[in-house]
Amino acid sequence: MDPELIAKIKANPQYNELVRKRSSFARILTVMMLLIYFGFVLLVAFNKPLLATPLAGGVTTIGIPLGVFVIVSAFILTGIYVRRANGEFDNMTKEIIEKVKK
Amino acid sequence: MRALVKTFIAAGALAGTAGAALAAGAIEGGGQQALNLEAIIMFGAFVLFTLGITKWAASRTKSAADFYTAGGGITGFQNGLALAGDYMSAASFLGISGLVFSTGYDGLIFSVGWLVGWPVILFLIAERLRNLGKFTFADVASFRLQPTPIRILAAIGTLTVVAFYLIAQMVGAGKLIELLFGLPYLYALIIVGALMIVYVAFGGMTATTWVQIIKAIMLLGGATFMALAVLAQFGFSPEALFKRATEIHPKGGAIMGPGGLVSDPVSAISLGLALMFGTAGLPHILMRFFTVADAKEARKSVFYATGFIGYFYILTFIIGFGGIVLLMNDPTYYKVAQGATSYDKIKDILGGTNMAAVHLSKAVGGSLFLGFISAVAFATILAVVAGLTLAGASAVSHDLYASVIAKGNVSEGKEVTISKVSSVIIGIIAVALGYLFEKQNVAFMVGLAFSVAASINFPVLLMSMFYKDMTTRGALIGGFIGLISSVSLVILSSTVWVDVLGNPKGSAPFPYSNPALFSMTAAFLGIWLFSKLDNSAQAQKERAAYDAQAVRSETGIGIAKASAH
Repeated sequence: MDPELIAKIKANPQYNELVRKRSSFARILTVMMLLIYFGFVLLVAFNKPLLATPLAGGVTTIGIPLGVFVIVSAFILTGIYVRRANGEFDNMTKEIIEKVKK
Repeated sequence: MRALVKTFIAAGALAGTAGAALAAGAIEGGGQQALNLEAIIMFGAFVLFTLGITKWAASRTKSAADFYTAGGGITGFQNGLALAGDYMSAASFLGISGLVFSTGYDGLIFSVGWLVGWPVILFLIAERLRNLGKFTFADVASFRLQPTPIRILAAIGTLTVVAFYLIAQMVGAGKLIELLFGLPYLYALIIVGALMIVYVAFGGMTATTWVQIIKAIMLLGGATFMALAVLAQFGFSPEALFKRATEIHPKGGAIMGPGGLVSDPVSAISLGLALMFGTAGLPHILMRFFTVADAKEARKSVFYATGFIGYFYILTFIIGFGGIVLLMNDPTYYKVAQGATSYDKIKDILGGTNMAAVHLSKAVGGSLFLGFISAVAFATILAVVAGLTLAGASAVSHDLYASVIAKGNVSEGKEVTISKVSSVIIGIIAVALGYLFEKQNVAFMVGLAFSVAASINFPVLLMSMFYKDMTTRGALIGGFIGLISSVSLVILSSTVWVDVLGNPKGSAPFPYSNPALFSMTAAFLGIWLFSKLDNSAQAQKERAAYDAQAVRSETGIGIAKASAH
């Protein structure tokens, strides 16, 4: 790739804004997924009785909705990322490319 | 007919466990034709249809891009389905529903672990992979590093993962087909091997993708029907289903909470890491990101894949519980000794607990639906092994041959030919390994594949994208540390040391069930340390090239247009 073009992009404030915004967004979501999942794993490892506690008056335990919550949260977090990345971030990328190619 | 099926399944179960192939052979003469005719017809239809697709795909597969990436013309939604098809193996369908059937809640713990790698792929890897690479993940890892050693490293990582994964799939396939269709083990292997070679060698990525899409739709459809049929019997109340299950299951209320599957915290975390980050290092999954046009479609495909796979795991949980309530009180699904009235509700199920979902299909949908689910299980195996074979063949032709041996001086046509030949060889090796490992306990191999993927492919790929100071030397040393430590720790753990090598219980030198916590950490530390210590001129050049890589990975400028049309 042309070194001049790279320098131009790197000097573009909008590019730096994009990189900053996207990486912090991705980092936050990754940490959320890690917290949710390893929180669940640590509960399994250290507090099995809590997960096996039945919900009010039935046989369904707290562990069932929690497990389903981890699955659903994985889907929702990917949805949140794709929505912003395919909208806001892609638009910014397009603008940057148009500007530097002039 | 029903009695015949029963005898046969029982004989097959025996052959599967004790290896009494003769027993199965003896039954064959008695009427193998009549056995599971629906399954054979439906599977035959699937094979004919997919071979038709392969013929169509072959006519469109001309360039290397067509062969490796289906010309880059797959949409995000299609790729999401294909990713799900690549990932939802028969092991996860039959294995997890079987695990739920025998232990209840523990099955859910596994499925959760198998899903959470996908968001990580999206947030950290997918779009950068698409922006930087062309055909294999080694394209990305070697973007600014020395191509020859990095591609050798990546190819070794790829082929190791593919080999362990393939052995597990082939052995599982042979036993399953032996049970479901009444075919002898070796014939089953040869059919699987031959079909996967045809899909990959003639149809390349286009055929492989469509096999995976069709299989994913069949599997999701079949599992949905089963779960709904189970829930319908309980007025669509999960609570009522669970209540009945705790009354029937020998473990009673204990099935609603975590059991003994995850014992110590270190093993739990280590397994969690292997499942989460191993997914992000599976070569056949990573390869699929080059089949879409751009980063936008790559992101969408992970979103859809996560949705399909998550939905599927919720279904398998319901299916496992359906097995408990609908099978456990019905002796027709059990191996009951002559004259005996009682049986072990878990151990004595015909064909083992992994067959719970298959038996349940008969219980809710009769023999026609049993045939359908059997065909789906067969199709599932085919799709997964085809994906693995393609990934392995690409590592040989694109990474080892074109880049390392020919140093890039190779025509597209020659590279594709090498890839086709490699897929034939991999297919033959897979059949041979499947035959060789028939009597072995291969359950640990999928876990090993994930551990290796998490300890070599994932660290090398991630660090090459995010760590500016990474050098070729650091990547090589760290990558090999990850590979060697993950494989040797698995051998030293009780799953291989005791269960496979037959050493006395409790003598395993490595006390945890999974190595990823140690081997993955060692790989990352190794890459970091040996990159830091590397002050060669080459290292300076590689660091200086990071800016260009970063700009391309963020913006997609210069992205490989996969399609040559």
